[in-house]
Amino acid sequence: MTSATTAHSVVEPSATTRRFAGSLVVLYAIITMIPLVWIMLTAFKSPDDAISYPPKVMFKPSLEGFCNLFTTRSRQTPEFIRSLGPPQGLCDSIARERNMVVAGPSNYVPRFVNSLIIAFGSTVLAVALGTLSAYGFSRFRVPLKDDLLFFILSTRMMPPIAVAIPIYLMYRTIGLSDTRLGMILLYTSVNVSLAVWLLKGFIDEIPREYEEAAMIDGYTRFQAFVKVVLPQATTGIAATAIFCLIFAWNEYAFAVLLTSGNAQTAPPFIPIIIGEGGQDWPAVAAGTTLFLVPIVVFTVLLRKHLLRGITFGAVRK
Amino acid sequence: MVRPGVARRIRGLSDRALAWLFITPTIVLLLAINIFPLLWTIYLSFTNYRANRANVPMIWLGADWYQSILTDPDIWAAMQVTAHFVIWTVVIETVLGFGLAYLIDKKFRGHGMWTTIILLPMMLSPAVVGNFWTFLYQPQIGLFNYVVAFFTGRPASSFQMLGDVTLSPWAIVIVDAWMWTPYVMLICLAGLRSIPDYIYEAAEVDRASKWRQFWSITLPMALPFIMLAVLFRGIENFKMFDMVNLLTGGGPGSTTEVASITLKRAAFESWRTGYSSAFAIILFVTVFGLANIYVKALNKVKSR
Repeated sequence: MTSATTAHSVVEPSATTRRFAGSLVVLYAIITMIPLVWIMLTAFKSPDDAISYPPKVMFKPSLEGFCNLFTTRSRQTPEFIRSLGPPQGLCDSIARERNMVVAGPSNYVPRFVNSLIIAFGSTVLAVALGTLSAYGFSRFRVPLKDDLLFFILSTRMMPPIAVAIPIYLMYRTIGLSDTRLGMILLYTSVNVSLAVWLLKGFIDEIPREYEEAAMIDGYTRFQAFVKVVLPQATTGIAATAIFCLIFAWNEYAFAVLLTSGNAQTAPPFIPIIIGEGGQDWPAVAAGTTLFLVPIVVFTVLLRKHLLRGITFGAVRK
Repeated sequence: MVRPGVARRIRGLSDRALAWLFITPTIVLLLAINIFPLLWTIYLSFTNYRANRANVPMIWLGADWYQSILTDPDIWAAMQVTAHFVIWTVVIETVLGFGLAYLIDKKFRGHGMWTTIILLPMMLSPAVVGNFWTFLYQPQIGLFNYVVAFFTGRPASSFQMLGDVTLSPWAIVIVDAWMWTPYVMLICLAGLRSIPDYIYEAAEVDRASKWRQFWSITLPMALPFIMLAVLFRGIENFKMFDMVNLLTGGGPGSTTEVASITLKRAAFESWRTGYSSAFAIILFVTVFGLANIYVKALNKVKSR
C-alpha cells in the first residue's frame, strides 16, 4: 500500500474524489445528450408518434421522415390512386397510405451536395493560403508583422450580417450572387484568418534548424518548405482543416442571406422543410440527423486534434 | 515535386520576395472580401442608399444615421436584449464550463470518452440546433416542456418557452449554454492542465487545505484561461444571429431581438441599407473597443 502511494504524486486525487467527479460529469454528459438523441429518435418516428403527448420513447420505427425528406408528394383522390399501378418503392407505398403519391425528388440532395462542395472547396483554399501565410509570418521578417496579424484576426470580429450587406451588393454587381464560387470565396476569407493563426502556432514549433540544415545541403528555401516543413506540419494542417470544414459546413447567416436556390446549402434549407399544416418534424429530424452525422463522426475520430483548434491557437503550452 | 524550371526561378527569389509571395494572396483575399466591403459600408452609412432601389440618386446625409441610431429607443432596447443574452450566457457557461473542467481534471476512469461526448453540441450547426430546439420547446408536444412538467407538476401546455415575453429571453440563453459550455470547459481544462504539479506538492508540504489550494493556486493560475474563454464567448454572442433567428426570430414582439436581428431586419427586410450600414459600423466599433479594453485587462492578469 505504501509503495503504491509513494509511486504516485501526493496531489493525485483519491479514488472517492475521482468517482464523485466522474459521476457528476457522466450525469452532465447524459443530460446534454438527451436533445441530440431525441432528434435522432424523432427521425425514425411516424408523424403521429412525433407529436404525441406524452412524448413517446418506445415507438414503431418508420422511414416516413426520410421519405418525406427526399421526396415531394401530392395529395390525390383515393380513386386516382387506385387507378395507378403498384407503388414504386417503399416511399411511394408509405405516401399512398396517406392518400398521396410521390411527385418527385425534393431539394435536400442538391442542398447537401452544395454544402459538400462549398465546405470542402473553401477548406482547401483557406488551408492552402493559410499555410503559405503562416510560414511567411513565422519565418520571415515581415514589416508591420504584428499589425498585419492583428488585422487578420480582427476581420473575425465583424458581425456576419454587417459583412453580408456590402457582400450582397458587391456580389450582385459582379455576378457572384447565389453561386458556389461566391460562397467558397466568402467562407475562405472567413476561415483564412483562423487558419493563419492556428498554423502559425504549429509552424513556430518546428525548429528552424531543420530547414537550415536542408538548405546547407543545397535545397532552396522553397524546396525546404515543401520537403521539410510541410511534412512536419501535417498534424497542424489536418487540425486546421477540420475547423475550417466545421465552420463552412455549419454556416447559416451568409447562406440564408446570399443564396436562394442555386448555391443554397443545407442549414438554411432544413428549417423550411414543411409538410401539410406546419413543420414536418420527422422529415426535419431526418434532415438534421443526416446533416449532423458527418460532424459527430469527425468529432469522435479526431478528438485528439480538436483541443488546439478550439482554443484558437491562443492557448499554448 | 518541383519542376527544375520552377525551382530555378524560385531559387533566384530572396527570402523577402518569397515572404511576400506567400503572404500576399491572403492579404489580397481579405482586402477584397473583408476590407473593401467594410469601406463600402462606411461610405454607404453616410448616404440614403437602399439596395432595393439602386436607381434612386444617392444623397449624402453626413452623420444623420449615426445620430438617429444612437438616440433611437428601439436600438437601445435591442442593445439591452443583447447585453442580457451575452452576460447570462457568459456567466452560466463560465461557471458550468469551469466546474466541468475541474471535475474532468480529476482524471476519473473514462474521462476521455465522456469529454468527447460533452463536446458534441458545440460542433453542430447553430442554425440546425436552433431549429430542433424549437421542436423541444413546443408547448404541447415538446420534450423540454414535458420534462419541466414532470419535475414541477405544472401542466406542460401552461407555458410557452418561445412565445412568452418573460421566458423567451431565457429560452435562448438555455440553448446557447447547452451548446457552448463545452467550449469554455475545453479552454479551462487547458488552463488547469498547465498548472505544474510541484506547486500543489509544495502546498501539501505546507499543509494548505484543499479549499485554500483551490483559491490560492487553482483559480488564480487558471484565471487567464477563464478570461480568454469569456472573451471568445462574449464576442461570439455579441454577434449572435443564426441560433436566435431560428429559435424566436427576435420575438415575441422584440423581446429576443438581439442586435444582429435588428440589423438583419433593417438591412434585408426594410432594405434601409444606409441606416443598417451605420448600425453595422456602430456594432463593429463596439465589439472592437470592448475587446481591446478587455485584452488589456487580460494581459495585466497574465503578467502578474
